[in-house]
Amino acid sequence: MATMPFDEMHDAGGAPRPHCRTYLEWLRRQPAELLAAKRTEADALFHRVGITFAVYGEEAGAERLIPFDIVPRVLPAAEWEQLAAGLRQRVRALNAFIADIYHGQDILRAGRVPADYLLCNSQYRPEMQGIEVPGGIYAHIAGIDVVRADDGAFYVLEDNLRVPSGVSYMLENRKMMMRLFPDLFAQHATESVEHYPDVLLENLKSVAPQGVTDPKVMLLTPGAFNSAYFEHAFLAQQMGIELVEGQDLFIRDDYLFARTTSGPQRVDVVYRRIDDDFLDPLAFRSDSMLGVPGLLTAYRAGHVTIANAIGTGIADDKSIYPYVPEMIRFYLGEAPLLANVQTWILRREEDLAYVLAHLPELVVKEVHGAGGYGMLIGPASSKAQIEAFRLKILAAPERYIAQPTLALSTSPTFTESGLAPRHIDLRPFVLSGREITIVPGGLTRVALREGSLVVNSSQGGGTKDTWVLGA
Amino acid sequence: MLSRTADHLYWMSRYVERAENLARMLDAHYRLSFLPRAPEVLVQGWSATLTSLGMIDEYRQRHQQVSARAALQFLAFDRAHAGSILSCLNRARENAHAVRGTITSELWETLNATYLDSRAFGGNTGNIDVANFVEWVKYRSHLARGVTAGTMLRDEAHHFASIGTFIERADATTRLLEARWRDPGGKGERLITEASEWAVLLRALSAFEVYRKVYRESVTPWRVTELLLLNAEMPRSVHCSLSDLLRNLNAVHHDKSDETERYAGELHARFRYGRLEELCADGVPQFLDQVQRRLNGLADRIGADFLVAGHLG
Repeated sequence: MATMPFDEMHDAGGAPRPHCRTYLEWLRRQPAELLAAKRTEADALFHRVGITFAVYGEEAGAERLIPFDIVPRVLPAAEWEQLAAGLRQRVRALNAFIADIYHGQDILRAGRVPADYLLCNSQYRPEMQGIEVPGGIYAHIAGIDVVRADDGAFYVLEDNLRVPSGVSYMLENRKMMMRLFPDLFAQHATESVEHYPDVLLENLKSVAPQGVTDPKVMLLTPGAFNSAYFEHAFLAQQMGIELVEGQDLFIRDDYLFARTTSGPQRVDVVYRRIDDDFLDPLAFRSDSMLGVPGLLTAYRAGHVTIANAIGTGIADDKSIYPYVPEMIRFYLGEAPLLANVQTWILRREEDLAYVLAHLPELVVKEVHGAGGYGMLIGPASSKAQIEAFRLKILAAPERYIAQPTLALSTSPTFTESGLAPRHIDLRPFVLSGREITIVPGGLTRVALREGSLVVNSSQGGGTKDTWVLGA
Repeated sequence: MLSRTADHLYWMSRYVERAENLARMLDAHYRLSFLPRAPEVLVQGWSATLTSLGMIDEYRQRHQQVSARAALQFLAFDRAHAGSILSCLNRARENAHAVRGTITSELWETLNATYLDSRAFGGNTGNIDVANFVEWVKYRSHLARGVTAGTMLRDEAHHFASIGTFIERADATTRLLEARWRDPGGKGERLITEASEWAVLLRALSAFEVYRKVYRESVTPWRVTELLLLNAEMPRSVHCSLSDLLRNLNAVHHDKSDETERYAGELHARFRYGRLEELCADGVPQFLDQVQRRLNGLADRIGADFLVAGHLG
C-alpha cells in the first residue's frame, strides 16, 4: 500500500482542487478559536436535540453522539452525475435480480450466478417465491456504500438493501452546517437535500397495493431502545406519518390495522425498520415481540406493501456482491458504470489459496457480518492476529470473502492535533418506486483515528456534511 | 392517533405536572420551616405530606424516621424512588422520547434539556438550595407548558397531553390541601401561626395574591379550601382543572367514551354547583379522599377507553 490515498480537497501537488478553492480559502480565513467554538456549539446542539444513538452492551439507555466534523465533503456536479448514473443502474439491476430470484430464476438457469449460493443462503426467503409486489420493486430504499480509491475512481463497497440507516444524519448534518456557517452557503451553490422525506413519502405511496387511492403509510420501529430510534422518529415526523411498534398493529381478515384512539385504522404501506426475522412471529422468529402476527399472510394476499420487501437480503449478501456487475449485464444489457472492488470468494479453492498466501495485504470480511465487526484488516494487524484469523478462515472458509486493502480517499478533518487528512466513504440513498430518485448527497462517514479505514460509528467513526455543488 | 402514542403524551405531561406539584410541596415545607414552630411540629408536617401523597410506606422502607432532610432527599432527589421529582422528570422525558415524532421538536428539546440539566442536582446533598431547586423545577414546567401551547397543533395529541396535565393537577391540589388539613401544625400555639401556615400553602400554589384579590380578608382555612376547590377561575383549583380536563375529554369523544364523559361531568358538576359546607359535611380530608378516589376512577376509565385500546379488541 505504497500509493498515496486520493485527497478529496487537494491535488497530488497539494494545491486546492478547483471545486474546493472557495471553501479552503474561507477556511483559511477563520480564526482557530471561532472554529473551536463552532465545534463545541455543534456538540451541545446535537445533545440537546437528542441526535444520539444507543450503544449496545453499555449501561441501559446509554446514548452517545456520533462525532460530527465541521469540514464538509465536497463533490463537483460532474462527478456526482456520473456516480448517480452508476447508482441508478446498479439498483435497477439489483431489483431485477431479486424479482428474478423470487420468480423464474433465469439468472441461475443461465449459470451466471451459482444457484447454491442463493438457495442455501439464510437470506433467501422461500415464502416470497411467486409473490407479486407492486411495480416489481423490492428494494425501495437502498444505501449503497461507495469509496474512492487512489486512482480517483469510485468503487461500490457494499449494497445495503434491507433496512439501510443513516439518512437522518445526512439531513441533520446539513441543518447543523447551515446553522453554524450560514455564510458558507451564500458562497456555494450546494444542492439541497432537505426534500428527502417528501421524496421518500411519495416513493412509498407510489408502491401502495393496487386500488388504494389515498394510501396510509406508517413507519414500523423496534422501539425507543433501538440504536437507530432517533432516525425512525425523525423520518416519521418529517414525513408526517405515524411511528408504530408491532404492538400497535394487528391483522384482521388478512388486512393490517393500527390501534388508534378512535378505533382500528387500515394501514396500506409499512416502511419497516425491523429485520425480516422479526417481522412476523408466525412466519419467522417465533420469539419476536417486535413484529405483527400474521403480517406475512396479509402481505402475500397483496393487502399491504412492506418496504423494503421481505427477502431483499438475498441481493446484498457479501457472497452475492461479486456478481452484481454480472447482473447489470444480464438484466440491463449494459456495461457497469460503477466498478466493484475486486473480491475473492473463499469457498472457491483457488481464491482461498491466494488469500491464505496474502493475508497481510488483504481485508477479510465475514459474509454475513456488518458494522465493521468480525473483519481482519491485514496491514493493520499483528502476526498473531493474522494467524488467529487464519484458523477461523480454515474452519469455515465459506463464511468469508477477501478484498484488497483499499486506500480510501481522505478529506481534511478536525482532529485533536488540528486539521488532518482522514479516510472517508459515502452512502448515497437510492429510492425506487415508480421511478428512481437520488437526493444529491448522502452520508459521508469518516474514520477519525489516524490511519484507520473503519468508518462505522460503532468503531469510532464520525460523519460529515456532504455537498454536491450545483453545475 | 395511536393509542400508545396517546398514552405516552398523557404520561409525559402528567409527570411534568407531578414534578411541579412536588416542588410546590417542598416549597411549602421550606417556607414553613421559617415559621416559629417547634421541631416536632415540622416533622408532623412532613409525615402529613408523605401520608397524603400515599408514599409513607415506601418512605419507611428507606428511612427509619421522618426528618426534614431525609424527606427532602426522598421526594426531590432520590433517583431510586420512582415518585421523586428527578424520577418524574426522567419519566417525562422517556415518554416524550417515545413520541418525539409526534410532539414538536421544541417540546422534545425542552424536556430533553430539563432531563440533561437535572443530572446536576442531588449528588451530594450537603448544602441544598431548596428555593433555587423549586424555582428551577417550576420554571422548567412552565417552559414545557408554554412550548406546548405555543408550538403544538391543537389536535388529539394536544388534547391527550392536556388531559394528563389537568387530571394530575386536580389530584395534586387535593393532596396539598389534605396535607395541610392533616398537619396539626402550630394550631393553638398562637392564632397568627395558623394563618401563616395557610398563607404558606397559598404561596406554594402561587395563589396568595389571588386569594387577596378574591376575598380581600384575612387568611382562614375554610376560605383557602374554598378557593382551591371551588373557584372557577383560579388555574390550580380542582374546579378549574376539571373544567379544563372535561373540555379536552369532550374533544376526543368517540362512540364508546360516553360513560367516561358522564363520569367526568358528574364529578365536575359537584365542584361547579356544590357548596363547600355540604361537600365537606363529613370533614374536609374525608371529602378530599373521596375526590382522589373518583379521580383515580376517571384515570382508569380514560386509560381503558383511549390509551390501552382494550375496547378495540
